[in-house]
Amino acid sequence: MAKVVENSARAAEELLVATGLEKRFGDTYAVRGIDLRVRAGEVLGFLGPNGAGKSTSMRMVTGFLEPTAGAISLCGINLLTHPIEAKRTIGYLPEGAPAYPEMTVEEFLTFVAEARGYARRDARDRVERVIERVHLQGVRRKSFETLSKGYKRRTGLAQALMHDPRVLILDEPTDGLDPNQKHEVRTLIRELGRDRAVVLSTHILEEVEAVCTRAIIINQGTVVFDGTPTEMESKAPANITKNRMDHVFRMLTTGEGERRATRRTKGSTR
Amino acid sequence: MSIVFRREFRAYFATPLAAVFLVIFLFLAGLFTFNIGGLYERDQADLRPFFQYVPWLFLLILPAISMRLWAEERRTGTIELLVTLPFALSDLVLGKFLAAWAFSIVAVLLTVPFWITLSWLGDPDHGALVSGYLATVLLAGFMLSVGALISAWTKNQVIAFVLSVAVLFITLLLGYPATLDVARTFASKGVIEALASTSALTHFDALMRGVVDLRDVLYFVGGMIVFLWLNTAVIDWKKSD
Ligand SMILES: Nc1ncnc2c1ncn2[C@@H]1O[C@H](COP(=O)(O)OP(=O)(O)OP(=O)(O)O)[C@@H](O)[C@H]1O
Ligand SMILES: [Mg+2]
Repeated sequence: MAKVVENSARAAEELLVATGLEKRFGDTYAVRGIDLRVRAGEVLGFLGPNGAGKSTSMRMVTGFLEPTAGAISLCGINLLTHPIEAKRTIGYLPEGAPAYPEMTVEEFLTFVAEARGYARRDARDRVERVIERVHLQGVRRKSFETLSKGYKRRTGLAQALMHDPRVLILDEPTDGLDPNQKHEVRTLIRELGRDRAVVLSTHILEEVEAVCTRAIIINQGTVVFDGTPTEMESKAPANITKNRMDHVFRMLTTGEGERRATRRTKGSTR
Repeated sequence: MSIVFRREFRAYFATPLAAVFLVIFLFLAGLFTFNIGGLYERDQADLRPFFQYVPWLFLLILPAISMRLWAEERRTGTIELLVTLPFALSDLVLGKFLAAWAFSIVAVLLTVPFWITLSWLGDPDHGALVSGYLATVLLAGFMLSVGALISAWTKNQVIAFVLSVAVLFITLLLGYPATLDVARTFASKGVIEALASTSALTHFDALMRGVVDLRDVLYFVGGMIVFLWLNTAVIDWKKSD
């Protein structure tokens, strides 16, 4: 009995719970029956080939798209019945990091701060903090449209961190960053993930090993793998020594790796 | 809502486009009022020529403002940001619309010197001028609310512009005396009156003449409310396209 209590106290609370998520566009399913549970302290890598439904799932849990079916709760608040309260708890970097082209970085971040409910002084403090946090000092007075891809992405990240949200949803946060910036952003995400629930989508499998505590692979709208990066890697046959993660990814999303693996095994037994 | 309003309103002045727009409006308004409308030749101290032409000027100019309201937001993807910030959809719709309306009011206010010129030259009926300006401002809001709804429907600004001009042209035509004269040759009086009463131009003319009838004001305000409500529904439905 004491053990049970201890266990449940140790288990961090689930900040993001989505069950039975489905999204249909016309008569094709982009997402069919995905369950997501992310606790504080978890960094969940969301993987899958192009068109698998990663962005669509993220758009549903952030309240941009209504799911065709399913339930979503953020920090215990039902997103579908209390959208505004639920949206307060999350920071979201949409795919492609959109922002108003004619605004400067500073103006844009101030707008987001105000939208997040901070008034003049507080808003300024918040903006200063995120500018420092993602190192935007050098471009703060540049208009968004003139920024390089990496700085656009960082501005998007800064915007998502504005209100210190407990849940962070980042759609391809390191896409388009140079190796230095990638390293920096990954360090930042690891840090953020210590006491928050972070979901990030990516096509870079090393990133999963580098920052994620858990990985989910989806293919054609359904979950085909859910586990730790180590578990993912261990699914690769023993004879594969290089790029084991890539191998597992291909195996689970195309079946190609699997075929080659069986062929090789056969070959080795022969 | 005021946060969205402020961002939008400032965005108009972020580029020189706003200045160009205001100059063109003022130039055309002046041209219509003084040259084509013959303010001086008429020898009457009123702004009838200005008010007569302003709906047609609006027809070409307001859709240029409203076309970008939602279409641009969709094109750049910022709609995803707006919708996932803790705003109610109705705040977004209202904030954007009010910013566009405020910008059009700035344009209208730039014609106030016409009024001053008039007071200087003669002795105008200030009451009629006030109701004329009221009619102009209400008409601008009405036409923008139609344009905003159409902008919500499409991602393409050119389509939004052309469609808005077309729709607004029809609603103006229905109240245009010459159209009604033609229609009178084959339709009954009741039908004609019913048609004319749906036109923004009919209600605009009534207000412009200096009789502020609450029904005319209600037509514009009610129209705006209906179109903005529809706008909210359309955005909710089509935001991800
Ligand atoms: N608004 C929409 N209307 C119709 N189909 C859509 C819409 N949005 C997405 N889809 C479809 O849903 C599927 C999933 O798309 P989604 O963007 O979620 O993929 P993804 O996993 O994020 O891919 P990527 O890795 O390329 O970003 C795709 O087949 C896509 O064409
Ligand atoms: Mg995507």
